[in-house]
Amino acid sequence: MQRQTLKTWLFLAPAGAWFLCMLVLPLVVVFVFSFGERGAAGGYVPAFTFDNFLNLGARWAAFKNTLTLAPTGTLICLLIAYPLAYFLALKTSPRWRTLLLILVIVPFWTSILIRSYAWIYLLGGQGIPSLLNALGLGNPRLINTPFAVLVGIVYGYLPLMVFPIYVALERLDKRLLEASSDLGSPPWRSFLQVTLPLSMPGVATGCMLVFILLMGEFLIPAMLGGGKVFFIGNALVDLFLQSRNWAFGSAVAVALVLVMLVTVAAYLRLTRRWAGGRDDVSLM
Amino acid sequence: MASLEISALTKSFDGQEVLRGLDLSVGDGEFWALVGPSGCGKSVLLRNIAGLVTPDSGTIRLAGRDVTRLAPAERDIAMVFQSYALYPHLSVAGNLGIGLRQAGLSRADTAEAVRHVADLLGLGPLMNRLPQELSGGERQRVAIGRAIVRKPSLFLFDEPLSNLDAALRVHMRIEMADLHRRLGRTTIYVTHDQVEAMTLADRIVVMNAGRIEQTGRPMDVYHDPANMFVAGFIGSPRMNFLDAGRLGRPGRHVGIRPEHITVSRVSGAVSGTVDHIETLGSETNLLVRTAELGFVTVRLFGHQEFAANETVHLDFDRQRELYFDAAGQRLR
Repeated sequence: MQRQTLKTWLFLAPAGAWFLCMLVLPLVVVFVFSFGERGAAGGYVPAFTFDNFLNLGARWAAFKNTLTLAPTGTLICLLIAYPLAYFLALKTSPRWRTLLLILVIVPFWTSILIRSYAWIYLLGGQGIPSLLNALGLGNPRLINTPFAVLVGIVYGYLPLMVFPIYVALERLDKRLLEASSDLGSPPWRSFLQVTLPLSMPGVATGCMLVFILLMGEFLIPAMLGGGKVFFIGNALVDLFLQSRNWAFGSAVAVALVLVMLVTVAAYLRLTRRWAGGRDDVSLM
Repeated sequence: MASLEISALTKSFDGQEVLRGLDLSVGDGEFWALVGPSGCGKSVLLRNIAGLVTPDSGTIRLAGRDVTRLAPAERDIAMVFQSYALYPHLSVAGNLGIGLRQAGLSRADTAEAVRHVADLLGLGPLMNRLPQELSGGERQRVAIGRAIVRKPSLFLFDEPLSNLDAALRVHMRIEMADLHRRLGRTTIYVTHDQVEAMTLADRIVVMNAGRIEQTGRPMDVYHDPANMFVAGFIGSPRMNFLDAGRLGRPGRHVGIRPEHITVSRVSGAVSGTVDHIETLGSETNLLVRTAELGFVTVRLFGHQEFAANETVHLDFDRQRELYFDAAGQRLR
């Protein structure tokens, strides 16, 4: 019995030490710093003040951008990924499926940095706008707008949405669809009543994955937003590396963690009721 | 209420003929069982009737209407699957009612129909459970309930009892028979279990290699098989096939069921030694090794004591012997 306990601890030790040093301690440090003050030459001076939190309004734009573009980006990812995953899981012959799945991952073989550069050119003056201009459709400004950031994040995070949904749909017992059709449902009804509810866990996972990562995103807004559309992540980079206001940066970071916790908790509650609940006839 | 007419139905998968021109004519309200060994095409035939597979040629008519090319949902049928295929995200009530709500029935009418079926199958206390919380027999009942609640003109059953343990299977068999008696709907029932076929069906269709070998009432098929395949497939223990020449009988093979042979310790037409004994209490099966005919299976009523290697003498009931030619066809 004691041997067993010892073994368990030994197995858990590496991961535990890692989490303690790389997650728990930094979080504690950030939390403590958020109540401190900026030193004369930047950095951190111990203090106990709520000024940093009262001052969060100064970074309102970053919060607003993150809290609008992250959910919007997640939703657009979902709307594109679901039909794609559905096609891959249910309509593609097994011979082609592997190849097509690899194609979904292929973009990951190149760094997001390089791919974002590509988008800078595509959306910049020489790219799509000039093409539209040549076709006589006006010369819209795309780069350095929220739209450009949205395009970038949807492009970058789409595969993360495709895979969980694909797995959920792939695991779906196809005999349920046969049963549904033999019990009188046309295909669209089978989809709404069998396929969609049973793929909800995949949808929830994909949305969670994309949303959480988007909340912390800073590279794509920095490159495609051109300093005009910035996320909380950009504010953090700015505060810690440029203005060296660690105390205020810590307060922003704590606020981000809190916002994330609240939204994720709300989302989990919602999806649990939505996907895992018992539907009775009266609820249908 | 509907009759089912199938004519010249064929189906191939990857160039392999699975159904080779089948004809079937099922009367209104009849219970038909499709039996045959694995891969004989019985399940494919059922899936053709269900509309899950489209035949290469031939027609399927239900209640006089050609449904060959119709989608499953347009056929007015209901299928019960071997795997049950219950919706895992819906409660028992949801599983039973979903089809009706889909068909546009009001909430009150759906609840009424669901309650009626639940009473019929004894599902009342389970209505709020999810399929994963049910036992195999309960799941089976829900699957049957989901099919009958729609009042289709044709029921299709794909080996519905094969996932149940032996005791439950016997119980469900009786329930199925009772249900059919009460509902009186046309039913096609696929099984590899000949006991189910014999006890439930009005008519048995014995299939082999994509063809129908024989169609008939259970006892007609049992007593009057058309060929050696049917004779060997129906009945357990299996019919003995003996060399006709050595017995001085017509044709090539003599078929005689194990229960139509008597055993004596004193004298008989053929002598042999007991090779193997199965004592089941209600019956005793002997495998007798004979010099001239090879192994012969004998089935005796009740508990009888024999010793291995004991010498016994066999007599065949000549009235019950069946004769087959070299191709396995029955000689009459």
